[in-house]
Order: sequence, then structure tokens, then C-alpha cells
Amino acid sequence: MVGYNTPRMDDHVSLYRTMLLIRCFEERLLAAFGTGKLVGTTHAYIGQEADAAGVFAAACPGDVVFSNHRCHGHYLAYGGGPYPLAAELMGKSTGLVGGRGGSQHIQWRDFYSNGIQGGIVPVAAGMALAERERQSGKIVLVFIGDGTLGEGALYESLNFAALWKLPLLVVVEDNRYAQTTPVELAVAGTMAGRFAAFGIPVWERDTTDVLEVKAAATEAVAHVRGGAGPASLILHTYRFSAHSKGDDPRSPAELERLRRFDPLAVHAPRLTDAERQQVKAEVTAAIDEAFTRADADPLPALLSNR
Amino acid sequence: MATVLERLNHALHHAMEMDERVYVLGEDILDPYGGAFKVTRGLSTKFPGRVLPTPISEAAIAGIAAGMALRGLRPVAEVMFGDFVTLIADQLVNHAAKFRWMYNDNVRVPLVVRAPMGGRRGYGPTHSQSLEKMFLGIPGLTVVAPNVLGDPAELLQAAIADEEPVLFVEHKLLYPCQWLEPGHSELQDYSISKMGSERYPAFTVSPVFTTTPHLTLACYGYNYELARQAALELTMEREIFCELVVFSQLSPFALDPLLASLSRTRRLLTVEEGSLSLGWGAELVARSIEAQDGLRVRRVAARDLPIANARSLEDAILPQVGAVVRAAVELTG
Repeated sequence: MVGYNTPRMDDHVSLYRTMLLIRCFEERLLAAFGTGKLVGTTHAYIGQEADAAGVFAAACPGDVVFSNHRCHGHYLAYGGGPYPLAAELMGKSTGLVGGRGGSQHIQWRDFYSNGIQGGIVPVAAGMALAERERQSGKIVLVFIGDGTLGEGALYESLNFAALWKLPLLVVVEDNRYAQTTPVELAVAGTMAGRFAAFGIPVWERDTTDVLEVKAAATEAVAHVRGGAGPASLILHTYRFSAHSKGDDPRSPAELERLRRFDPLAVHAPRLTDAERQQVKAEVTAAIDEAFTRADADPLPALLSNR
Repeated sequence: MATVLERLNHALHHAMEMDERVYVLGEDILDPYGGAFKVTRGLSTKFPGRVLPTPISEAAIAGIAAGMALRGLRPVAEVMFGDFVTLIADQLVNHAAKFRWMYNDNVRVPLVVRAPMGGRRGYGPTHSQSLEKMFLGIPGLTVVAPNVLGDPAELLQAAIADEEPVLFVEHKLLYPCQWLEPGHSELQDYSISKMGSERYPAFTVSPVFTTTPHLTLACYGYNYELARQAALELTMEREIFCELVVFSQLSPFALDPLLASLSRTRRLLTVEEGSLSLGWGAELVARSIEAQDGLRVRRVAARDLPIANARSLEDAILPQVGAVVRAAVELTG
């Protein structure tokens, strides 16, 4: 069962299913650009699937999420269905936001994304304040990348989050490149040190094993939900695809070396052959259905200024 | 009688009293200081949990307010000097103003950012500007400015009740001005009518001694004072009769009250304190001419220079009553 309202399940099969759903969705998406079904651009999550699957295995279904330009994996792991996302990416009226937002600007239930680096973090901090004041019991998760560490709004927000003990988990996905700029050219000092400066505890893992991500995320989420203030989760990972579509300066040999960190390959041995085949069949059917259905949907029209 | 400052302060007290979703945040807003211009005075004593003093972090203040608004609260953020709105541009333009439309009307962003603008106090280049023109014409962002003709408290309460983000522009020289409660206008030979939207009305100030005024003076905020003085001087010394249209809502543009006046006068003179080029008056002129062929037009605004500290230079850079009078004479000559 793949799609809406899937209750959070964190067994081996469910984690594998979530990661495979993201992988297949993004591969299908990249392929669709070649057929002219999609215009504009996209930022594929391929290679980073363990982050989303592990983090959302630790969060609660109603928690609030602010994601970034690379948001498809987060949305799917959060429980969003592939069909309205596919429709959004094709610019259809049935898309998540009626074709107005596209790949980087989606909203569904308590999930939001925007395409501005850094600027989303104060918004997420404000959301965390609202959840605490309204005593909703929800925490806010905001996803940033290594590239976002260059944005000043991030540090203003960390200061607020620490001062006001906001229920905010900052997840840093370090995929080692900000578009084409390697992290060595962009980040001075340590990533952890940037959070430590504000007294924000850090969980840091260099892994693509979804179980290790989940374990760290579980501790960080517990810290935040317990009311002790914000936390950070720094996940060093690898992006296998280009930043967007064609902007990848890395050599084929380097990309080939990264494949040993493939989170699906790392996790696959924990399932039986039969389980893997079953999951593969489910996911393939769900993605086929999503893209076929979205393809037939109507385009939106501008009815007024509103 | 009450001052604009007292009415704005009253509005915040009233809003916090009536609605526990209203939060106020900004720099140095705690009592006994009560904010750089005292608009927030008394709030932290009365509502300690909902008045949030912040570090000097304008971008985060605006972003946090946007996040609070997205999740069910009604924040009112103060930017200490309006000049610092440059620091919140990303949060207003790419976040708060976009969310509702970009998310297909799934969300609302009931956020108010208050910004004291304007010069004539000798504060120099970075603490005297009227930068609101940078935020006019941003889809999804409403820009509002109080004046002494309408109740500033009603206007601020309307902004707090608005479901859209509002940039609320307060000219610093307005704070000590008296709100002209109905029947207390110092323009005794003029009638004042409220026009346009109920929420953010415009005011048309018409001379009662003539049915054919010679020109329309359009302005907002504190510049009503310049326009008023100019109108009196023009009446007494030149027998040039002005109708004034004073806007509360600067953006989006809602020009019906202005067009109604122009159909009588056929002459438009805009008065603003922002720099001349590509400003509020320019858009008013363009739209008016698009709607009514053959209008005569002039703009009075600040010169295209930074605002100097020295009084003599500041006076030369900012628009004065004399400049309004001269432009009116040209326009009617």
C-alpha cells in the first residue's frame, strides 16, 4: 500500500518501500523531462533517500515540516501521495497547489516547501513558536543543505530558537556539494560548531544506512519533543544525480564510486527476495498510476487576480 | 482628542485584549522603555507572555512572524526604523507575500509589520527614509499608512484582522499629531468624505466654497500636512482651490476616489516623501492618465539623493510646502 495516509511504519520493509518510492519517483521524473511531459527544472533526491525515510520514521505524522528546493523525498516520506506531486510537476490543476508552485513550492497538510535557501528557517522557527504557544504537541522539522550554511538568516534563526527554546529540529543534509561548489570551498570550521555556538545539541552521522539515520533522528526528535529546545541533526550523505538536471561537474568514475553508499543497497539485505519483489511491484504500480493519471488531467487557467 | 501615537498604542492594547492569537514582537519593546517610538508602551506589562523582545535580527523577526501567521497566530512585528525594511525584503517578498497564492489559497498569512518611516528629524541617510515605495506593487502584500483624517487605531486593527500580510507605514512626525476626530478638522471650509474600501479608506477633502476645484492633491500619511498647508496658502493668496485625496491603502492600487476627483479637476498633483523617480506618484500619474485622457500632472517628492543629516540639506532634499504651492501654480497656469 503506497500513498495517502499511510500510517507511519518503521519496520525494515516499510523503510525500504519509502526509499524505493522516492528513488522510482525521481527516476521516473527525470525520464519524463526527456519526453516533454515536464518543463522547468527539478532537484532529484536520488542517493539521499535514507535521510527522509529515517527522519520520518522518527517523527510523528502530524509534525510540521518546512522543506526546500529538494523536497520530493521529504514529501513522499512524510506520507504524501505520488499522484498529486506528479500532477504538480506536470503543471496540472490537480497538483498539490494547482500548478502554481511546481517542484520547489508545495504544500500539503502540515508540509510546506519554498525555494529560498535560508529564508525558510525563520519561518520554521515562527511555526515552532506557534505550535508551542498553541500547545499542539507538534514539533517543526526544517530541512536545509550544506549550501544553506552560507545564509545569514539561518544564524539569526538559530539564535532565536535557542533563546526561546523552540520545538525545532534543523536537519542538515550535507550532500557535499552546493550545486557545483564542493563543501570544502564553502564551509569554514565544522558544521557542528555552528550549532554548538548557540548551545544547540547536535546529532551527527556520516551514513547512508537508514537504520542509523533513524536511530539518531529518534534521539534528536525526543529531545525536541521533550521541551528542551531545538536540536540539529547533521547527516552527511551523497547525491547521486545532478543538482538539478544537467549541472554535475563530477566524473563518471567518482559517481561510480559513490554507488557503494547507495542507501537502497545498504538496506536491501535486511529483506527477503520475496519482500523486495513485492515492494518493487507495489511501488512500480503506484508510480505508473500516478504519472498516467496526472498526464490526463487538465491544465489550470487563470480565472482572476486571486 | 488623542494623538496618532496614542491611537496606535490603543489599537495594540485592544487587539491583544480581544484576541489571544495576537502577539507583538520587536526590538526594545519591553517596558519601561516601550519601544523606540513608544507605540508598544504598556503591552509587556499587561501581556507579558505575548510580547516578545527580540535580538537585532530583522530578517528573522519578519520570518518568524510569517511562520507564526501560517500556523494560526496573528503577529504584529515592529521594525524599529523603516529604513531597515531592506533587511526583511526576502521574508516579505519571497515568503509572506507569496504563501497564499503560491500554495493555491490553502493558507493564510495574517501578519502585520509596522515600520516607522520618514525624515525631518535630522536622523541622516539611514534613519530618515520613506522606503515603502520599494514594497508597492508586490503581489500579495498590502501596504497601508495611517493619517490624521481616519482613526489610526481603526486602521491598525483592520490590518491585524486582515488575512493578508500588511506593511503598516507610520511616518514618525505623525506620532504627536492629533487625530482629527469627525467635526474637528482645522480645514473649516472643507468637507471630508470617506471613500474607497471600508477597511483602508481614502479621504476626499473638498472645499465647500466652490463646486469646481482647480486641482487634485493626492497624498498619504504625514504628507497630508504639507498638502493641507499648501491648499490653504493657494486658496488665500492665489485663489487656487484644491481638492485633497488622502490614501490609507498604498498597494494594491485602488484609485476610484482619485479618479472621481480628477473627473472634476482634470489636474493631478501628487505629494510624497519618498524619492521622486519610480515612486508612488509616478504610478498614480500613469494610472490616472490611462483612465482619463488629457489630464495635466505634476509630482512633488524628495530629490533623488540620500537624505542628509544637516538641517539645511535635509530641507532642500525633502519636499516642502513651497514646492507643493509652486507645482500647483504651474499646473493651473
